[in-house]
Amino acid sequence: MAAPQFLVHDTVDTVGVVVVEGVKAGAALSGWLMATDATIRIKSLGSIPLGHKVALRDIKEGATIIKYGHDIGVAVKDIKKGGHVHIQNVKTKRW
Amino acid sequence: MAKAAKRAKRAPRSVAVGSPKVPQHVEKATLVSPNPRVTWTRSGRGRPTFWGYRRENGRVGVRNHVVILPLDDLSNAASEAVSNNIKGTLAIPHPYGRLQFGEDLELHFRTLIGTGANPNVAAVIVIGIEPAWTQRVVDGIAKTGKPVAGFAIEQNGDHKVIAAASRQAKEFVHWGSELQREEFGVDDLWVSVKCGESDTTSGLASNPTVGNFIDKMDRWGATTCFGETSEITGAEMVCATRGKTKAVGKKFMKTWQAYMDEVIEPYKTSDLSDSQPTKGNIQGGLTTIEEKAFGNLEKIGKKAKYVDVLGPAELPRKGPGLYFMDTSSAAAECVTLQAAAGFAVHLFPTGQGNIVGNPIEPVIKLTANPRTVRTMSEHVDYDCSGILRRELSLDQAGDGLIDITIRTCNGRHTAAEALGHRQFVLTKLYRSA
Repeated sequence: MAAPQFLVHDTVDTVGVVVVEGVKAGAALSGWLMATDATIRIKSLGSIPLGHKVALRDIKEGATIIKYGHDIGVAVKDIKKGGHVHIQNVKTKRW
Repeated sequence: MAKAAKRAKRAPRSVAVGSPKVPQHVEKATLVSPNPRVTWTRSGRGRPTFWGYRRENGRVGVRNHVVILPLDDLSNAASEAVSNNIKGTLAIPHPYGRLQFGEDLELHFRTLIGTGANPNVAAVIVIGIEPAWTQRVVDGIAKTGKPVAGFAIEQNGDHKVIAAASRQAKEFVHWGSELQREEFGVDDLWVSVKCGESDTTSGLASNPTVGNFIDKMDRWGATTCFGETSEITGAEMVCATRGKTKAVGKKFMKTWQAYMDEVIEPYKTSDLSDSQPTKGNIQGGLTTIEEKAFGNLEKIGKKAKYVDVLGPAELPRKGPGLYFMDTSSAAAECVTLQAAAGFAVHLFPTGQGNIVGNPIEPVIKLTANPRTVRTMSEHVDYDCSGILRRELSLDQAGDGLIDITIRTCNGRHTAAEALGHRQFVLTKLYRSA
């Protein structure tokens, strides 16, 4: 199995994590869904650095972001599938 | 124990405070990924073994330090002078110890006494400005049965104290350097864990590698410890379910809630978004404290349940198993408290590259971030980035981590030890009087 470009923890997760350097807009990414060993494919909409998250589906403003199968925050802007998910469009529900 | 008692008898006797008359192996291949060579041996019920030092109180250490421990900031200069005079000793300077009171003072004493009592320490010289508090630390450490001597500077001056403490330290070095390592099962090993400069690769791979280690060690009867109260925020309900009993889960929730009410609420200026996650965490792709918390919790594995919730630097008293300790999430503060509770070796997964070390507890650094492996290799003891490339299973990564841990216990210097990282950072609860 070729090395994946992104990893997803859980089947219900709405984001994956890019694990390679140099992902640019338009890149066709192959992902490893760790919970089921399945392969997911997605096209990156922009540059996404190593360790940063990619949206696995369209996410509406106000929607909960799911990772590890758990709530990790809320979208404060609409995010397109394949988009970079980070502090510019997601906030904590805590502090 | 008879042997230990005999050995203690041969040891230089403690002297009274204020009586100054008395006298890489750095491996070439530091990174063992992707196919870790598993070299540990197993004894008894399949438990790995290591070579350590049995101390007078029965605990087992993996280092053999003669520590020069200042009681307070004023005594750092004399302590460092002694360690400069006598090779084979280690001074651990720090900025506190004056006019502290109440719970904060208790924590100060507990941390200093615990540091001296840690089984990685063979013998201790305590130097303080005045005799009463110096004696208190000496007496606390002496309960372990190890050699300890105290010296007070008031009415003696630095010169007399340095001369007398150096004479005593030299005797401790002669005695300590003759102690021999013996073989023990990992049920005699106490391991603490804490992650730092985490990123998403921590939650994906390096923290789960530690978790795999914890699950295996738990079965073998080791004593282990995690902490970082603030960093469980977002996953606190999940953490509560990992208590061995409902009562201990409740105790965790009470500790976590107290931290929120007594520390965060009174002192926050806006929110903690700039501190938790840190700038480094954000650079590494972590967006929120919740995301960081779930990654953090990967360190305790899938099965292990914590048997008790400890206060900062509190000694575990419920036998083998996993413990939660109420600590700061700042690396050096957390490791200092865990070392003071008696933990002998530390596992430190990092994403973006935290470089922390501790003077008495070896800190093993592991990372799964391939860029950190490339750019900061001198700080990395164990590279588990193969997990992200699907070259290494979690089980293999956990076995590899056991291997490097056993080798570290047997004497291999960690990257942090070789580079001289000795961050001894006392936790202070509030301003001094």
